[in-house]
Amino acid sequence: MSTIDTASTPSPVLDVKGLSVTLRTPRGTVRAVNNVSFQAQAGKTLALLGESGCGKSMTAKAIAGLLDPVAEVEEGQMILDGQDLATMTARQRRKVAGPQLGIVFQDALTALNPVYKVGTQLGEAFRIHQKLSARQARSKAVELMQRVGIPEPESRVDAYPHQFSGGMRQRILIAMAVALNPSLLIADEPTTALDVTIQAQIMALLRSLREENNLAVVLITHDLAVVAEEADTVAVMYAGNVVETGTVAEVFANPRHPYTRGLLESVPVDAVRGSTLSSIPGNPPELHNVPSGCVYQSRCPLVQEVCRITRPELLPVRPASATAAPGVHHPGTVAQAAACHFSEELAHV
Amino acid sequence: MSETLVGAVRDQQSPLLEVRDVTKTFHVAKSPSGNNRLRALDGISLTLGRGETLGLVGESGCGKSTLARTLMMLERPDAGTVLFDGTDPFAMHGKELLAWRRRVQMVFQDPFASLNARMTAGEIISEPWRAHRDMYRSSKDREARVHELLHLVGMRPSDARKSPQEFSGGQRQRIGIARALALDPDVIILDEPVSALDLSVQAQVLNLLNELQERLGVSYIFISHDLSVVRFVADRVAVMYLGRIIETGTAEEVFDSPRHPYAAALTSASPRLDRSTAGRDKIILRDEIPSPLDPPSGCRFRTRCWQAQDICAEQAPPADQAPGSPLHLSECHFPLDTIRVRSGELTPTP
Repeated sequence: MSTIDTASTPSPVLDVKGLSVTLRTPRGTVRAVNNVSFQAQAGKTLALLGESGCGKSMTAKAIAGLLDPVAEVEEGQMILDGQDLATMTARQRRKVAGPQLGIVFQDALTALNPVYKVGTQLGEAFRIHQKLSARQARSKAVELMQRVGIPEPESRVDAYPHQFSGGMRQRILIAMAVALNPSLLIADEPTTALDVTIQAQIMALLRSLREENNLAVVLITHDLAVVAEEADTVAVMYAGNVVETGTVAEVFANPRHPYTRGLLESVPVDAVRGSTLSSIPGNPPELHNVPSGCVYQSRCPLVQEVCRITRPELLPVRPASATAAPGVHHPGTVAQAAACHFSEELAHV
Repeated sequence: MSETLVGAVRDQQSPLLEVRDVTKTFHVAKSPSGNNRLRALDGISLTLGRGETLGLVGESGCGKSTLARTLMMLERPDAGTVLFDGTDPFAMHGKELLAWRRRVQMVFQDPFASLNARMTAGEIISEPWRAHRDMYRSSKDREARVHELLHLVGMRPSDARKSPQEFSGGQRQRIGIARALALDPDVIILDEPVSALDLSVQAQVLNLLNELQERLGVSYIFISHDLSVVRFVADRVAVMYLGRIIETGTAEEVFDSPRHPYAAALTSASPRLDRSTAGRDKIILRDEIPSPLDPPSGCRFRTRCWQAQDICAEQAPPADQAPGSPLHLSECHFPLDTIRVRSGELTPTP
């Protein structure tokens, strides 16, 4: 089990404990998410960071109850506002998670239904959960569109998704996600498909919604720079496991897992043109083939015999800065933890 | 001519590629205002030297792809000239044109969609020689060259027999690069070559591209939305907006001291690792890019610009040299000279 210290933190909006998700594939059952734990606090953004196939989206889908039929939650708890989603029936879950959990997907065009007007799709939540009439739901939809910055909402409410630009569609998805004032918003690569200036608009919108409504945001991304700018805490995932977690400031300044360090060094920040970027050799293991010891062993520059035998647990690390005493951190923050046998050595590299 | 950025052309010694005032219009379905002529390129001028990398940045619909296709000689410009080594390839036809096309090759964004799943890596790399039959005539020569090319991009000769599905994204992109090199081109157009790749693999491919350029002296036109990547690979940068290059200069000039408000906004909006201030110092532009079917009058950026004045609607801004840097050109009536975006001093008026 992971050991993120919860003693000094306010009770989280979302508390994921030991979540494992299995996936049935033609080549056998694999574990796509393995013993993952993290917390999302009200008014804060937690980033789930990792490369394709690391299990970050699968984790989000498990929380939202949107797993494909071939995937299932094997074990673990997903406690949303004190209630464990993992033990609920589908019906209970719709009742609880429907209003309390909003999700925004990467591809707004496929997430919206092309044959219904956006107003109908925006109003659906109100009709189902608040039993509003079609007319009332429509006026709620107009309000929502206004709230997320869609110009001329009164006339645009009757338009179809294809009549909107990519950025506007993403605003509509965000509007749908926050329609019932949820306590948790999961944003799965919300700006990856958008142009840079539109990306900045959407991120600003998410930030203001978070601040106005004290939302807990789980931001799923592969982009280190987005994490640096938007998130308070981060959980770095690799091959289905959380390999490092902590505040973004701490983790990015003093990465204590060689994978996090390798990722940070792969970004061409102020790299001299023509120089060689440091890169991580090889590829992540296939899920059928995750080694028994450390998941990162095949690519790790620090690998030793122990890494091939024992899988390191996610354990709190001693702060790298000399001023901070070990194990002490500010209330409301997460202690930095890393799943590496040599995380202490990394503090002095 | 004074309206375009041709100043850069005159100051450079015999560039490999010289584009002057190129315009390309497509006829499309009518827009709400009744216009059906989409001017994808509206007076584009640029140069590319031997062994040089030009970074091309801009958002969807700005004309990057049309420009790439024009340089590939797949689209014929309506007006303006393209000179390759001083010769206009569009003046040629048939076999002559084919021979010119060999000199510009392309690497595509999606390494999964751009390789034929029913061919082996070796067949993919040697396919260009089926169009250019005078190269590597014997199958023995072809095989030897395929092995050389695989070696050049960091793969093994035995990989020639495998099909694309057997490779990771990074390896597939290496195959795409080997295919582009098969015709010994002078210029490779790299269209978002690393944006579909994971970060750790992206660095491997960027290193490979740098290494190949050093060894082969090939020139790159590098199209990307990721400014940190462009800064790493590009000697010079051109920023496009609605069919025009609105600013060009060295990567440092354009990214550290942008003079056009759009270039400044783009630089400022790009997520950066070294900025942990929740983006509060960002320039957030209003609205979205207007339809290229109905571009704004005068300066095409004025509808989103925070400092637009009456003149911006009336007159297209002329190309303007930055003080002391004659090759740093921008098209704005009110260039942002004194502002340094990196230091975070930029605060747009709301």
